Amino acid sequence: MASHGGDHIVSPKLYVTIWIILLIFTGLTVFAAFQNFGVGNPIIALAIAVTKATLVVLFFMHVKYSPKMIALVIGCGLFFLSILMVLTCSDYLSRAWKF
Amino acid sequence: MSDSHATTLPPAAGHHHDPALLEQFDTIEQQKDASQFGMWVFLITEIMFFGGLFGAYLIYRNMYNPAFVAASKSIRIDLGAINTAVLICSSLTMAMAVHSAALGARKLLILFLIATLVLGGVFLGIKAVEYHEKYVEHHVPGPNFDFNSSEPADERVPADVASQTSIFFALYFAMTGMHALHMIIGAGILIFLIYRAWHGAYPPHHYTMVENFGLYWHFVDIIWIFLFPLLYLVSRSPVH
Repeated sequence: MASHGGDHIVSPKLYVTIWIILLIFTGLTVFAAFQNFGVGNPIIALAIAVTKATLVVLFFMHVKYSPKMIALVIGCGLFFLSILMVLTCSDYLSRAWKF
Repeated sequence: MSDSHATTLPPAAGHHHDPALLEQFDTIEQQKDASQFGMWVFLITEIMFFGGLFGAYLIYRNMYNPAFVAASKSIRIDLGAINTAVLICSSLTMAMAVHSAALGARKLLILFLIATLVLGGVFLGIKAVEYHEKYVEHHVPGPNFDFNSSEPADERVPADVASQTSIFFALYFAMTGMHALHMIIGAGILIFLIYRAWHGAYPPHHYTMVENFGLYWHFVDIIWIFLFPLLYLVSRSPVH
């Protein structure tokens, strides 16, 4: 059963490592927010958030050890999210004369 | 059916009358994969739901950036950072709960589920303190909204920017409120899981419910991982 995707046992050591990395990134994002990187600030904040979310998805949510179909579902979701964001922004940002 | 005929057939997978195996599935593994798949499809609908809020946030932050900077500075970064750490800890205890269920360690499973519930409660408690502060400061959008009334003199903003901060606070309460609602629902399910685990409902290989709830809990954690920098950390640097 261990060979099958659904029942992979991850060692607690790995969970604790991921937990420590997540806490370090939280400290890092607070530290970065107090620096002045200009337009870089939101980019750094989001890059850290995406990294943290990826770690949670891959290890805490076991996607690294799950069937490929799960990754496909997540990919579809992110694709539709990007349509929502990109098309909304392309509309608003191309109407600069309104505000 | 004669006995000799039956014995010549190989024992087909899934016909060993496992009480947990529903008849539409061939194997336990297939049943588990299907329920996990369904959980992920649900989480994708949740991403789209929160995606609408994030989209609204993106547009208004672009339109009213000075108001977003001022309003973001008025919320408690220390409490927000502590809450982020609390949620990350609760994700660890949840992951350990699923791990314990996989090993069949019933007492550890109950212990880690209770730890997750307690950390979820701490998060909601801190959130309540923050909401109360915003209420006292007249920072809740509505007839009593007055951004400058409670701000120190050097952090007051012009009247037009002050009125625009209500857009930030409306998004702040909508986003953290929906997140908190997910936490409250999660806490309710956790209590149910603890009760069921106490009665030994989740033996090894039959803990799909615990596993799928874990996915939900981690998802709620991920939403907060994005809410924290977007709401609390818009711009904290003293120089612009």
